Amino acid sequence: MTLAEFLQLDLGPLLLVVLAGVACALPGNFLLLKRASLVGDTIAHAVLPGIVVAFILTGTTAPAPIMIGAVVAALCATLLVNLIAHTARLEQGASMALVFTSFFSLGVVLLEVSGARAVHIDTEHALMGAVENALWLSATGLTSFVDGAALASFPTSVLRVAAVAMLAAVIVSLLFKELKVTAFDPAFASVAGLRPHLADGVLLVLAAVAAVAAFDAVGAILTIALFVCPPATARLLTDRLERQVPISAAIAATTGVVGYAMAALLPRLFGFDLAVNAGGMVALVSSIFLLIVAWKARRRAASAGRLAKRDG
Amino acid sequence: MLDALVFQAGYTASVVSLGVIGLGCAGGILGTFILLRGRALAADAVAHASLPGFAIAFLVAALLGMQGKSLLVLGTGAVVATVIALATLQRLEATPHLRPDAAIGVVLAASYALGIVVLSIVQTLPVGGQAGLTSYLLGSTAGMLAREAWTNLGVASAIAVVVLVLYKEFAALTFDIRHARLIGLPVALLDGLLLAMLLVLAIAALQSVGAILFVALIVIPAAAARLWVTRLSSMVLLAAVIGAVGCHVGVALSATVARLPTGPAIVLTLATIFALSLLLAPRRGLIARMGAARRSAAGLRAALAAGQRTRP
Repeated sequence: MTLAEFLQLDLGPLLLVVLAGVACALPGNFLLLKRASLVGDTIAHAVLPGIVVAFILTGTTAPAPIMIGAVVAALCATLLVNLIAHTARLEQGASMALVFTSFFSLGVVLLEVSGARAVHIDTEHALMGAVENALWLSATGLTSFVDGAALASFPTSVLRVAAVAMLAAVIVSLLFKELKVTAFDPAFASVAGLRPHLADGVLLVLAAVAAVAAFDAVGAILTIALFVCPPATARLLTDRLERQVPISAAIAATTGVVGYAMAALLPRLFGFDLAVNAGGMVALVSSIFLLIVAWKARRRAASAGRLAKRDG
Repeated sequence: MLDALVFQAGYTASVVSLGVIGLGCAGGILGTFILLRGRALAADAVAHASLPGFAIAFLVAALLGMQGKSLLVLGTGAVVATVIALATLQRLEATPHLRPDAAIGVVLAASYALGIVVLSIVQTLPVGGQAGLTSYLLGSTAGMLAREAWTNLGVASAIAVVVLVLYKEFAALTFDIRHARLIGLPVALLDGLLLAMLLVLAIAALQSVGAILFVALIVIPAAAARLWVTRLSSMVLLAAVIGAVGCHVGVALSATVARLPTGPAIVLTLATIFALSLLLAPRRGLIARMGAARRSAAGLRAALAAGQRTRP
């Protein structure tokens, strides 16, 4: 494998999964704290019709309309979950299952019926991501990074995800106090004048935008892995939110690299002609990370319990 | 479309439609108890968890030169995978600092990721009979055989019979678990039976509804029925009818519109029925509620006005 080959075939997809992981992990920490991780799953499914409708209306995959469509769809889905849970007297989980399957189905049907699937997005993309779209075919070597003509064809999906990851980092650091207090204790946040509804709204929009970023990397259904696994792993490693957030971002980036390497590079290095789905592998690696850390945490808790029993 | 709806689209198409209608009936009946027991998300987890078992069983069977698509092979794999996933879920929920929502999110993500990775490997291997394995994600009745449809019908009838025979026991379980325990019912066994039937139905419905949308078949008919009726027996009956209608119309739709997967067509039909119920149902529907609110407000105003007039 030469450098040019790496730049052409692997750099774009690799950056895509790493940046999407970071973009999802940042809001994922607060969803985890609010015990609303499955809201992340609902949002990830619900953005599909938003993306498709925006595409049908504008005819392009330009980032702005797609993001707006996704955010509107996510807001509608969240409001509907609450309305249905209240009116039909369903538990939150059942109401979520009802809403996300309906939204996702609507997205698939719109894709198939409108003919949008012929261009850029199709159902397979929604099901398992499309990292292979992020190729940088005009790259020839490191000089391509300063070559305007080559840079012009740098995959736009990577730039979009990079922008989303930066946005998430900026918002989370600016509103850290508000998000933290609202997640821990909404009543106190309201008394302290921190406007919990605003913080909740910001979190929702951030999650929806991150879900669009993850859509290219791993597809709609695997996005839940990026929302839950790195933050939950970080939660098991530290008790301080100030540390948990950066640790989760680091874990997301690491699992992105490891997962992509296992999917794309390893089979090629060993000469196997296998095409392993990269998004799936990234999600799998981050789940395995979490399972190992959780297993250790359980063992630690168990041995601490035994010690306490012996000493007590 | 009309041909398919009145069973005039040929023998196989009619039998396939009948089989899926059976699954819809069983989904409504079983879903009523699952919903009332508060286990909607378990249905989602079970359906996702069966996917990697399915894929791995197919891979192993194909490598051993067996007929990979035989229901016995795939079913065994799915059962093993689901049991492993549920055991993992239980362990994760018992891990300190991990909430149930995060645990279920991780299990959903890990199962689906493993399923996607194995499916992508299967597709690059030179083994036969792999065509359309991805249709197990969203369902496709297009290539379904009459034999498979009869199996579906058998599974659905078996589930309906078990639920009806143990009707009183399940009713006690879902309404008042302490009472059920007190009168000596084997509560854990009944819960296990409910879960086992859920798994069997999920495997049977994988081909028509798909792993991602299966939860809708469980939740939506029961949730819609609940808006109209209050008695458990009427809810079971109505949910079965709604499930059957949703599946029938969905299959006919996907047979008429080219490339439309069956799962989303069924889910959208069910969602439409639910939306109508949410609006129109007497007493619990939104319109009835608004009318009741307006009447009580008018009554209050009239009473106030009358009070003012009679005041000395």
